[in-house]
Amino acid sequence: MNHLLRSHAPISDKVWELLDEEARERLAPALAARKLVDFSGPQGWEHSATNLGRTTAMQSGPSDGVTGRQRRVLSLTELRADFELSRDELGDADRGAEDADLEPLDKAAHQIALAENVAVFHGWADAAITGIGDATPHEPLQLPEEPDDYRRPVARAVEHLLCDGITGPYGLALGREQYRRVVEAAEHGGYPLLDHLRKILEGPIVWAPGVKGGVVVSLRGGDFLFESGQDLSIGYDSHDANVVRLYLEESFSFRVATPEAAVVLNP
Amino acid sequence: MGFDQYHEPPDELPAATRTFARLCASLTEEAEAIGWYEQRIAVEKDPEALAIMRDAQGEEFKHFSMDLEFLLRRTPPWREVARGILFQEGDIVEHGEEAEAEAFEEGASGAAGSYDHGSLGIGSLRGGS
Repeated sequence: MNHLLRSHAPISDKVWELLDEEARERLAPALAARKLVDFSGPQGWEHSATNLGRTTAMQSGPSDGVTGRQRRVLSLTELRADFELSRDELGDADRGAEDADLEPLDKAAHQIALAENVAVFHGWADAAITGIGDATPHEPLQLPEEPDDYRRPVARAVEHLLCDGITGPYGLALGREQYRRVVEAAEHGGYPLLDHLRKILEGPIVWAPGVKGGVVVSLRGGDFLFESGQDLSIGYDSHDANVVRLYLEESFSFRVATPEAAVVLNP
Repeated sequence: MGFDQYHEPPDELPAATRTFARLCASLTEEAEAIGWYEQRIAVEKDPEALAIMRDAQGEEFKHFSMDLEFLLRRTPPWREVARGILFQEGDIVEHGEEAEAEAFEEGASGAAGSYDHGSLGIGSLRGGS
């Protein structure tokens, strides 16, 4: 047993499998950052820091004639989303009910996926995470009111990246509202806007809950580095006669190696 | 031929499982290649040819090890068992039994043991969007 304490929960193997599968199904569509940035790990729950390869000179050495340098690291940050499930519902799932109410799990999965997206694309100051949008030196481009016109800022973003020597393919993370508009839109002649944008980018367009507007990033690799300690997992907290308290949890760090490799599209 | 690694309809398999199966197939191929080079090296007399084959076998060691590390990272119970066996001095079978017992300790045998570790195994989603 590890720190997730899953075997302490009053949950059968069959229902654990159901909960894990439900979580995967809910998380995968919303984890936009993992579709666009480099993912390494998981390194395990004990992994606490990412090596930055940098040092800070110490003001003084421990004794005469000796200098010191302190290694700088980026601490991993833990994300946790708590939720409660009804023991009656879990019991029904054990009996084979196909419609057990797992809404609290679904909500927690969406919340933690959204949090991961926000940290990667917009940063998280308390965790010392600089987001892609904060790091880029490119001036943000404005997304027009009409989605039919989105191709212009997207093409301009690609051109900005090319001017900086950042090669493709490129990917586009779009916030919920902007993604919906793109999916609904058909240009003159009925050609889907989604397909047109994909051709410009030569890469994917991903639904990115939590992202404000959009972000065009290079997918050539080596520019945006997500390091996983413990990958997303469900753990057990406590229970009483009515509910089981569980949580979704992960630990990770994120850093931008090439700030020029992204352009923000303001909503 | 290219889809032989799947034992279930690929369309029904999650992307993570397809990736897992590909790396399992790759691991098998690398192990086979290591064995083939071992045999060729055992019979080859030409020193220049031997040097090339030893170098090639070294590449396969690297590929095998990378495949294995990927699979272990994505499969915490496997990683747990491997941790108790790999790079340990002493009796391999004993270590194997102990590692298995620790990884699937009491009350968490079989499938329960794998769920006990809890990782959803999502990892990277690049290429799956």
